Amino acid sequence: MAEYLIHEHDVLIIGAGGAGLRAAVEASAAGVEVAVISKSLLGKAHTVMAEGGIAAAMANVDDRDNWRVHFADTMRGGQYLSNWRMAELHAKEAPARVRELEAWGALFDRTNDGRILQRNFGGHRYPRLAHVGDRTGLEMIRTLQDQGVHLGFDVFMEHTIVKLLKDGERIAGAFGYDRERGRFHLFRAKAVVLATGGIGRAYTITSNSWEYTGDGHSLAYHAGAALMDMEFVQFHPTGMIWPPSVRGILVTEGVRGEGGVLRNRNGERFMFKDIPLLYVNQTANSEEEGWRYTQGDKDAKRPPELLTRDHVARCIRREVREGRGSPHGGVFLDIAWIKERIPNAVEHIKKKLPSMYHQFKQLADIDITQEPMEVGPTTHYMMGGVRVDADSQMSDVPGLFAAGECAAGLHGANRLGGNSLSDLLVFGQRAGGYAATFSQKNSLGDVDTAELRSAENWALQPFERKGSENPYAVQHRLQETMQELVGIVRQEDEMLRALDCIRDLRSARERVSVDGNREYNAGWHTALDLYHLLTVSEIVTKAALQRKESRGAHFRDDFPEKDKQFGLFNIAVRKGANGAMQFSHEAIPPMRQDLQQIIEEMK
Amino acid sequence: MATATFRIWRGDKAQGQFRDYNAEVAAGMVVLDVVHQIQMEQAGDLAVRWNCKAGRCGSCSAEINGMPKLMCMTRLNTLALDKPVTIEPMKAFPHLKDLVTDVSWNYKVKQLIPKFKPRPADAPDGTWRIAQEDVERVQEFRKCIECYLCQDVCHVLREHKMQEQFIGPRFLVHVAALEMHPLDVGDRLKDLRTQFGIGLCNITKCCTKVCPEGIAITDNAIIPLKERVVDRFFDPLSKLFRVFTATKT
Repeated sequence: MAEYLIHEHDVLIIGAGGAGLRAAVEASAAGVEVAVISKSLLGKAHTVMAEGGIAAAMANVDDRDNWRVHFADTMRGGQYLSNWRMAELHAKEAPARVRELEAWGALFDRTNDGRILQRNFGGHRYPRLAHVGDRTGLEMIRTLQDQGVHLGFDVFMEHTIVKLLKDGERIAGAFGYDRERGRFHLFRAKAVVLATGGIGRAYTITSNSWEYTGDGHSLAYHAGAALMDMEFVQFHPTGMIWPPSVRGILVTEGVRGEGGVLRNRNGERFMFKDIPLLYVNQTANSEEEGWRYTQGDKDAKRPPELLTRDHVARCIRREVREGRGSPHGGVFLDIAWIKERIPNAVEHIKKKLPSMYHQFKQLADIDITQEPMEVGPTTHYMMGGVRVDADSQMSDVPGLFAAGECAAGLHGANRLGGNSLSDLLVFGQRAGGYAATFSQKNSLGDVDTAELRSAENWALQPFERKGSENPYAVQHRLQETMQELVGIVRQEDEMLRALDCIRDLRSARERVSVDGNREYNAGWHTALDLYHLLTVSEIVTKAALQRKESRGAHFRDDFPEKDKQFGLFNIAVRKGANGAMQFSHEAIPPMRQDLQQIIEEMK
Repeated sequence: MATATFRIWRGDKAQGQFRDYNAEVAAGMVVLDVVHQIQMEQAGDLAVRWNCKAGRCGSCSAEINGMPKLMCMTRLNTLALDKPVTIEPMKAFPHLKDLVTDVSWNYKVKQLIPKFKPRPADAPDGTWRIAQEDVERVQEFRKCIECYLCQDVCHVLREHKMQEQFIGPRFLVHVAALEMHPLDVGDRLKDLRTQFGIGLCNITKCCTKVCPEGIAITDNAIIPLKERVVDRFFDPLSKLFRVFTATKT
């Protein structure tokens, strides 16, 4: 007989980052009973790593900004694969979500007249990111956490979900374990919100923490929900590359927003060499003009360093491949040079980019106010995720919602910097609200005890096996496979090889064994996370094989051009009746006339 | 490649002991890298808490050669590797397993602190106007990553176990962030004096020394709060003034 603790709530939220906490605040405010599952301690989610800011067209710095411009920027950045309704809601609602954070105690940097300051970021036409130095994510999560503490929702810290439960077609709850003692828990709920973040741990070089193993993606897929846009994995152009132990740690785009420039080993500003057609009209013609833009000159256009992340990452890769890289295989990111332009540059840099200063000083012995940083691309963000209704964030499974990074739609083929934190707030709020409403209209679903027993047996298998596979080693092999074969530049034969490797690793996972007992056993947790990681890795690879073109974050060496036909649909995947992955091409619905007009006007 | 010995606390609530692990070390490595390497190759069930590995989330707090530190920000070249490096869990909290402690008390304390309460909005659009300099003073406190190293080192909590009477430096910083917030109109001075136990701090500044964010905990947060409490409750003139104006105490 399965042994587990039972919890009952109206709304269960899986994930305690920005989206999960915002959803929890909203659902609690609606008066329903809410539980939040947090894989780590509360307040440690990956949202704390967000540095640059929250994109919201508040027009505090440049009064030409408004939701229409933000909408057009987001659609252009996403290469027109984004769900236009989500992009519309996001652009319209982000300012209110930011002001709400302020009313809950967040303290953003200010303009001279005392309003919320906004900074430049890649792909945004006007200064748009509300920020707190370079630790905006921490400010956001702490504000939501402190607001939530007094709302009285239940938080299950250091708990992990291994399976979603359904009653017929609809959601009925989730099954998981606690890290501390390894006990199993049944969470019954009328509605479930997935807010689990990304999949970065499928790659060797990543800015993501151990938690980002695609749990929400995999849980939703196995529960029968459709995922889409899974071929679009964002490689952030600037991660640390030296020393090896810090490889992948993020260097904020804010460095470039403050005037930082990219150079190759010859000292050349290589970003000027290749400016995509979509952005020619918005990009500076000279280094001088680019500098003026970063200093707030409204007549100047932005420097090419602030082009979208997909493009900058590929340009860096090109410089390295063609022998113009830095000593450790990246390029140089230089903010120290601004001392040629402004007095007290050293103090200015420390004030605007305190975490970056600290991070390089402490981890790499580099003083960024005096010398350039070495940077290279790092796996950063998953554009793809659970396919949801734009307004309610509900998936194909009634009662199952998704918000934030684990949901698809807003970012299309490439996410703009700053659009993630705003995504978490706008769609976290919506998911929480709609989930609460759903829970008020439905009762608790029934749970199949035989299903729980089999989930428990499955989860305990690594203890019973006397196999030869080490879970950490299997994870490591998967990461190398994805990094080498399904990375920033892809081609068919490599991805087919990746699928072979993934098949082998799947059987290796079935031989994984772990030592010790169930209490706080990291080896056991890794063995269970592997299931999700393998699921999403296979989906990413298969979706990438299907998209025979290059668009946004997805670049194919064998199909280097954009193909109009591929701009007409999103690639979706569902688990078929026989358990096999079924891919489909979902036509993008025609854009509403008024939105279409905005796109035309902003070209 | 050089090797070094790492003496790691292994065990659960009931019992534990140091165990030595030899590990290869390379340029630029931090203590958390070594712990991960040992976990992957020699001790699969080694319990360690970590997340961002970049000094932002405050999860990997431990005592390294007796000093409370973040494992992810402690580079090996700052340690003497010719003798074993000891890595132990924080001492001020109940032990769970290996390097992991039960820090749930901190979450309970936070719930006691009255929440942010803003003054009515200044501007017609329902927002506020705040000067940058007023923001900066409080931003120092809001940098806190809740690693609880200050709680770990505070002798009121660590030696005297006064968790029931004293909220500790982390939460005095939190109260300071609220009390000095340019918009906040809440009043937490009475709580500070009574249930938060600010009088128990005798400003030895141990907390300030271990803060990985460099927050001047004692000078900028605790001492100004102590001054406010003294002004409110122990200054005879203002006490008399309050009798006549009947303001709240």
